[in-house]
Amino acid sequence: MSRKPAFAVAALSLSLLAQGVLAAEEQFFPIPSYRVGPYGANGQSFYGGFIDYLNYVNLKEKGVNGVQLTWEECETEYNNAKGVECYERLKGKAAKSSGPIHTMSTGISYALIDKTAQDKLPLAMMGYGRTDAVDGSVFPYAFPLVTTYQMQASAVVRFVKDKLGGNLAGKKIVYLYHDSAYGKEAIVAMEAEAALNKFALVQIPVAHPGNEQGAQWLRIRQEKPDFVVFWGWGVMNQTALKAAQKVGYPRDKMVGSWWTGSEEDVIPAGDAARGYMAATWNVAGKQVPVIADIEKVVYGAGKGNLQDRSKIGSVLYNRGVSAAVLSVEALRRGQEKFGKGRALTGEQTRWALENLDISEARLKQIGATDLLPEIRTSCANHEGSGKVKIQQWDGAKWGPVSGWIEGNKALIHPLFQASAKQYAKEKGITPRDCSKEK
Amino acid sequence: MLYREAGQFKTSYTADQQLFPIRQDRIGVLVLLAIAFLGVPLFASDYWFSAILIPFLIFSLAALGLNILTGYAGQLSLGSAAFMAVGAYAAYNFQLRIEGIPILVSFACGGLCAALVGVLFGLPSLRIKGFYLAVATLAAQFFIVWCLTKFPWLSNNSSSGVISTQQLIILGHELKTPLEKYLLVLAIVVVLALAAKNLVRSATGRAWMAVRDMDVAASVIGIKLLPTKLLAFAISSFYCGVAGALYAFCYLGSVEPDGFSLDMSFKILFMIIIGGVGSIMGSFLGAAFILLLPIFLDVALPFLAGLFGLPFSSATVSHIQILLFGALIMFFLIVEPHGLARLWQIGKEKLRLWPFPH
Amino acid sequence: MNFFFEVLIGGLLSGVMYALVALGFVMIYKASGVFNFAQGAMVYLAALAVVGCMEMGAPLWLAVILAFAIMTLFGIATEKFVLRKLVNQPPIALFMATIGLAFFIEGLAPLLFGSQPRALDLGIVDEPIAWVLDNWNMVISKFDLVAAAVASLLVATLALFFQYTRVGRALRAVADDHQAALSIGIPLQHIWAIVWGVAGFVALVAGMMWGARNGVQFALTFTALKALPVLILGGFTSVPGAIVGGLIIGASEKLAEIYIPPVLQDLFGGSFGGIEGWFPYVLALLFLLVRPEGLFGEKHIDRV
Repeated sequence: MSRKPAFAVAALSLSLLAQGVLAAEEQFFPIPSYRVGPYGANGQSFYGGFIDYLNYVNLKEKGVNGVQLTWEECETEYNNAKGVECYERLKGKAAKSSGPIHTMSTGISYALIDKTAQDKLPLAMMGYGRTDAVDGSVFPYAFPLVTTYQMQASAVVRFVKDKLGGNLAGKKIVYLYHDSAYGKEAIVAMEAEAALNKFALVQIPVAHPGNEQGAQWLRIRQEKPDFVVFWGWGVMNQTALKAAQKVGYPRDKMVGSWWTGSEEDVIPAGDAARGYMAATWNVAGKQVPVIADIEKVVYGAGKGNLQDRSKIGSVLYNRGVSAAVLSVEALRRGQEKFGKGRALTGEQTRWALENLDISEARLKQIGATDLLPEIRTSCANHEGSGKVKIQQWDGAKWGPVSGWIEGNKALIHPLFQASAKQYAKEKGITPRDCSKEK
Repeated sequence: MLYREAGQFKTSYTADQQLFPIRQDRIGVLVLLAIAFLGVPLFASDYWFSAILIPFLIFSLAALGLNILTGYAGQLSLGSAAFMAVGAYAAYNFQLRIEGIPILVSFACGGLCAALVGVLFGLPSLRIKGFYLAVATLAAQFFIVWCLTKFPWLSNNSSSGVISTQQLIILGHELKTPLEKYLLVLAIVVVLALAAKNLVRSATGRAWMAVRDMDVAASVIGIKLLPTKLLAFAISSFYCGVAGALYAFCYLGSVEPDGFSLDMSFKILFMIIIGGVGSIMGSFLGAAFILLLPIFLDVALPFLAGLFGLPFSSATVSHIQILLFGALIMFFLIVEPHGLARLWQIGKEKLRLWPFPH
Repeated sequence: MNFFFEVLIGGLLSGVMYALVALGFVMIYKASGVFNFAQGAMVYLAALAVVGCMEMGAPLWLAVILAFAIMTLFGIATEKFVLRKLVNQPPIALFMATIGLAFFIEGLAPLLFGSQPRALDLGIVDEPIAWVLDNWNMVISKFDLVAAAVASLLVATLALFFQYTRVGRALRAVADDHQAALSIGIPLQHIWAIVWGVAGFVALVAGMMWGARNGVQFALTFTALKALPVLILGGFTSVPGAIVGGLIIGASEKLAEIYIPPVLQDLFGGSFGGIEGWFPYVLALLFLLVRPEGLFGEKHIDRV
């Protein structure tokens, strides 16, 4: 009689222990984020959305198949050296389990490409970073997901072509860009498109930081282009819109990259931004079910990451959510293969990112329609989509004005392969054989 | 008692002129080197090597270079990062274009290229002084970075202007682990630091200091201003150039011209001012302070906020970090405007008397 | 030819905007010999203060007055807690301290008013003047003309202030020789506090003009980089020098951006441009080789 309760207690404690072990299964996300400095406002929205979604998954479904999501942030200030320090600091914790690492900085991702490959940690570069990493045979651990600068430029040209009546021959397009790695990446694509579509391409660089563009816009006024394709960043965006207004160039003949198309980019320009268009892969607004639900669940529980709730539903916030959706979907995919309810190591997450298959139906199921295009990755294609939408600023909010537009893959992807091959040669890397990857 | 040079007699000129004339200093330096070469590798983790020690050594070297120019020769420069960029890109190109060139030779050539460019931008120093010169060196900062972006040949026609450095192979052995890279950087920095220490007490160093204290007076006593100043620019840029090459090859592995920004130049300037203008050791102390302070704040602040249960958002914490960084720099300048090296000097005086103060 | 003049005038008008920022540097350097690197950050703080107050419901005029009060307080605090403690230190230590101050402001300003980029509407549209556009086919912006008028007004006010008021005379005395000024009973510390207040006012004007032009955001701190070559060219100590320097830098940089890249392209092939970042500095450097103390700077005679 006296032994029974003891046994019961032991059994109870054992089962509690087992539960404790189960609950201790945690998936870690190293997050090198930035919230101060010239681009701090962008980082706040993006990482706010990213972390809010991770919280949302924890609150709503108790994690991914029961695996709680955990993370640690480190402030990079958008500075390459600090980014590397952050990465080195976080990677110890990521050794056991690691979600994809999002740096939202081309410079930092470049510096991390070799290191992540060595440490076997997956580096996600959604819409930035080293674009020839599309060729996964040379870059197994780097994923320029959704789309790249070159594919985006190609899609923008296609959009412009539609706008100008389906034929670009004899037309003139100005490519106005931030004079840095970021702005220069797309030049090869613009040149290839110019040769293919026989339009005249005028390249005009703007020196960093781009808060003075008087000369450039006077030149644009003189050139009288049919369209301006615009690759700005930070203060350069507002300045360009203001300067376009100053020389009387119509804003609805400007299409920007996705780093030029957020509320942060157009609101400071005031009225000058009305009619301006930019590429994006995620729509803005709270009408997206998952965004509305995040506000209800996460902010309702007082666990929201943003101080300023008005940013919920902004372009960059939604983009942060889209990055998190993609990361979490990758975890699900990985758990299907490596065991449900288990945290994934960096290597396993890498496999998952390489074998993503997110269909329209799945996006609808999680309430993320239009936050992402359909994505299907493989060893030979780490990009997975290459599609963007064009959105337009109506003076108060961004709204989509096109469906999904895909860049010219046949034109652009061979450029990546050539560049990746050169990289492999310089670095002495033997590319994997993609046909053998499963 | 421990640190007293009484009783150490110099009986020959060689003994009087040696690099560390006091026995305790010699022992101290040897112990320090032993710790750096043998002790640290035993205990430090990968994080310490690749995120703290390697950048610390590299920035110390750059600060040392700037200290030669600003601290010893009295020419204020805000273009150090650009000279680092020259070193990095030059070393990359030597590796790329000359078959089989040893990596150390490329580093040295990178430094030499930086020295050449440094001399070019040092030319105006003969006519321009003080803050005017400082702002003029900004011309170097912006112009060099622009050139590196605009001439695709320099980055081997990379479409983005970013270069990825080649493998580090020394005597057929590839350096891969952070430890190996640390040892390489350490060896180079030690050699160059000792060389600098030697240089600043030579005739050249004394001429620099005369120019720094008053260049008109220096020229009156027969120091040729042009070669003296240009030599300071050349050697300073050489150090920065080597630091840049190490920064690219041993630290980041891939660099873009914009990475060598004005901010970085300022950071190097901070290092010598916090560490001590005109002091070799100050360069190291300053580099440690400027690199470690933000990391310390980064780790400590969220911890403190959590301790007191303050509801800080990440953005607030980041802003407070920057604010504190600025405030600490001001505080530090107010408390000790001559830098950390001066603190060490005061400590030395105290040690001499210890444990029997007057 | 028409295009040439269009670029030239556009450049001159941009130059006025640079001069606005440069004036703040000159004020402080003139009176205290401090090269105040935090001027760019002060521009940011001032503009953010205006926008922040407006967001809390204040009308524009009140917001400007409040921002001015904040800037003055800030100037006095800087003098009291930082500069006063650094008297007699080498100029480089003071310069460093202002860099520290710049960091301090860059952290403080968004803490107080938020870091979100915002628009500042002064009610002046940045659009080409229709009449000039129709008759001359030239783009001249209303906003730039207003900025030029504001700058002239500011310079005139400052000149009058320096020339005819008691404080102004004291300021000039301090600028000439600290010790002599002290010995005849001018309170150095008050004067410095006033100078920092005036510099804060200049920063406020510059911040509002730049903020209305490009939006109020962190990048306003970069305006300092545009002001530095203006300073070298005009001389650190001259108010008219800042204006003339600004005009020269503005015009030449715009003309260079239009006309030099094609020449380089012919020489080397490839694509150039984006030379605005360095051109003003190189121009100022070349100019200094001829006149080391800037256009209007005081000639410095070295004695052994």
